[in-house]
Amino acid sequence: MQAAVREVSARKPLPWLLPLPAVLVGAGIFVPLVYLLLRALEADPSTLREVVLSSRNALLLRNTLLLAGGTVVGTALLAFLLALLDVRSDLPPLLTGLVGTLPLAIPEYVGAYAFLAATGPGGTLETLLGIRVPRPGGYWGAVLVLSLFLYPYAFLNLRTALRGVDPSLEESARSLGYGPWAAFARAVLPQLKPALSAGGLLVGIHALADFASVGLLRYETFSYAIYLQYSAAFERTYAAWLALLLIGLVAGMLWTEARVVRGVRVARTGVGAQRVFRRATLGPWRWAAYGYVLALGFTSIGVPVVVLAHWMLRGPGGEAGMAGALAGTLRLAVPTALSAVVLALPIAYWSVRYPSPASAAAERVAYFGYATPPLAFALAVIFFTLRTTPALYQTLPLLIGAASLHFLSEAIGPIRAGLYQAPPHLEEAARSLGYGPVSAFLRVTFPLLRTGLLAGFALVFLSVAKDLALTTLLSPPGYTTLAVRVWGYASDAMFERAAPHGLAMIGLGVAAVGVLIRIERR
Amino acid sequence: MAVGVRLHEVTKRYGSVEAVRNLTLEVYEGEFFVLLGPSGCGKTTTLRLVAGLERPDAGEIELFGQVVSGSRWVPPEARGIGLVFQDYALFPHLRVAENVAFGLRGWRRRQAMERVAEVLDLVGLAACADRYPHELSGGEQQRVALARALAPRPRLLLLDEPLSNLDAELRKRMRAELRRIVKESQTTALFVTHDQQEAFALADRIGVLSRGRLWQVGAPEEIYHAPACRFVADFIGEATFLPGRVEAHAILTELGRFPGNGLPEGTRVELMLRPADLRIVPDPQGPGVVVDRHFRGSESLYQVRLPSGTLVRASLGEPWTLPPGTRVRLEPTSQRAVVFPVE
Repeated sequence: MQAAVREVSARKPLPWLLPLPAVLVGAGIFVPLVYLLLRALEADPSTLREVVLSSRNALLLRNTLLLAGGTVVGTALLAFLLALLDVRSDLPPLLTGLVGTLPLAIPEYVGAYAFLAATGPGGTLETLLGIRVPRPGGYWGAVLVLSLFLYPYAFLNLRTALRGVDPSLEESARSLGYGPWAAFARAVLPQLKPALSAGGLLVGIHALADFASVGLLRYETFSYAIYLQYSAAFERTYAAWLALLLIGLVAGMLWTEARVVRGVRVARTGVGAQRVFRRATLGPWRWAAYGYVLALGFTSIGVPVVVLAHWMLRGPGGEAGMAGALAGTLRLAVPTALSAVVLALPIAYWSVRYPSPASAAAERVAYFGYATPPLAFALAVIFFTLRTTPALYQTLPLLIGAASLHFLSEAIGPIRAGLYQAPPHLEEAARSLGYGPVSAFLRVTFPLLRTGLLAGFALVFLSVAKDLALTTLLSPPGYTTLAVRVWGYASDAMFERAAPHGLAMIGLGVAAVGVLIRIERR
Repeated sequence: MAVGVRLHEVTKRYGSVEAVRNLTLEVYEGEFFVLLGPSGCGKTTTLRLVAGLERPDAGEIELFGQVVSGSRWVPPEARGIGLVFQDYALFPHLRVAENVAFGLRGWRRRQAMERVAEVLDLVGLAACADRYPHELSGGEQQRVALARALAPRPRLLLLDEPLSNLDAELRKRMRAELRRIVKESQTTALFVTHDQQEAFALADRIGVLSRGRLWQVGAPEEIYHAPACRFVADFIGEATFLPGRVEAHAILTELGRFPGNGLPEGTRVELMLRPADLRIVPDPQGPGVVVDRHFRGSESLYQVRLPSGTLVRASLGEPWTLPPGTRVRLEPTSQRAVVFPVE
């Protein structure tokens, strides 16, 4: 299919308007960041050395790296076993799929808050069961909570890779004298390396960006320090430098990931039909497997829901302002997801139908925007608008624009996948049957693309609804969303007031994840 | 001759579908045996049963005198087999030489390297040892898969339509090449295909499989000229089935009398005639009319309609052609014909 697409691109000239959205996106992402860099460089060198090379920064760096590393390992362990059970065992894939995906609906900071509200004096465990469990906190608390709510990113990558491994590779290894475990280790595991590292990269990006859960769990990282700088002692140069250091860390992770994957070849050779794996019958191990999946599902999905429901029932009831916060979330997330899809469509179309180094670069720019920690990006946007168009500062359109650029990459993936299912031949066939270019697109390509567009919308919607960083820094004064409320109440330990907002967020998240699961199962 | 592979009343079900039904088969040591059948006939399942990738629901499989499925179970890695898949299944993360050396576990490094060089030489790919599978053409990948399977000196080589992904020209060349390599390595081979030309070119003996059952086993000529049943006759090569009736110790048909084969008087039969069994003679008074012609290079295949409406296929090696509409008569070239009773 790839070859056919290339052939077409060689014959057809590139419509000159097609790269325009990508250029705008690139400008929207890079101009503020460049400005951030210029601002940071304005500082005089001696203060700079003091600020950047301080012992506090060294501590933050160590903390941040340890957290990212621990979370990457934690999610990989949780997700690997789950993905293996999902693809290769006779457990119902609906169960493993739900446990592997649903935690996406629960923001990490809601999870952190639920774990805090469940434990300690007066926590859910003590009031309901009479057991007092110490509150999680510090490094291990942060690793535990982030791993429990970020593992779906690792799971989804691993599951796709496991499904894609050709069963005959393993069978060949068996025929060449390897036992079942050795054959798996030698023939299958190497194929999973790219998925493990891609999943690890995603988890790492989220762990670096998180400031809300580490804040609740009292573990200081770069992101949390930036947030403190912004909310309390707003020292611009220092904030700018922290943001740049954070971007540097992400760049380091992107580089590491590229090095890990370099030279790994996993493309299938041959063109025959691929058989699917036979699922292993677990026998007596079945109960251990069920135990693992249910325990994981209970801690990452059950605990937040039960604990929040418990605290809501204890609360005053009839939470005022909930409707306002819900409306705030929707007024932000719906237009952002729409504009992200609208921007993603031409970029995906360009890269699929007219593949070139330029179109690949356009996709990479979008991915870079996604990888840039949202706090750093928000700071850059603030600096830039205050300098050039102060009228835009703290307005909803600016927030929507920044969020669309930041989350754009999430919309490009599914739309591109949809475009691959709608090869140009189909449109050409419609043209030969008497349809004009526009009606051919609408009658043939668009219906095939619809699920991709919907998936892109749902992914961006979910991320924006969970977002705290961009919203906190860029929203108009007084603008609230469910996310802002949960985090605000929870950091003041007002657990009963946070609970209904948290449950409403989980509800929205479950709806979005439900759409994604339905699309995936089709 | 010693038996290499023995299947005894083997059955394999997938849910309610019987992929292989009560199959009994023997492959001799050193033989190139081809299982031939339409898609979905159970031939790949049979191969996977022999490899130990599937367990039979009933019956027993022996390899070189040892029970491997049935009363005893031997896992695939302990069966001493080589497997070549339709999609080659080369390990994409390993170089050609590493792929080939994969099965040489426990060999001394030097010996393993020598063996890799040896089999790569055998398949004519000594120059490609350091390449990755995706850098090779389809035919080269195919030969690497073969080399990998042969490297540990398996006693039995199992091949699952390994040529079906190659284009027509390369496929023909690889047939000869494959047979040479397998024969040179003195390995017993069980080869699965749906392509009868391939089966004819490769096989010492052919087993014809359909709907999970083995219908006939024999040398290619035997299968072609003396098919055991109507299905085999129809599936292998071109055939015309001519209705007839036994009268006075002979079979009377539209094309004349054929020997009665001792069948009881009055039996209704069908006579199978291969295109070469009939000679076409142009004859303005002849009963047949040419309706179609396919030029095949060394000969032409004609379709002739008889007065009853039966369509008969006959080949003609002459350089001149008979246009459609030409009246002809058909003369049997021999008196031997395969007869099937009509149920």
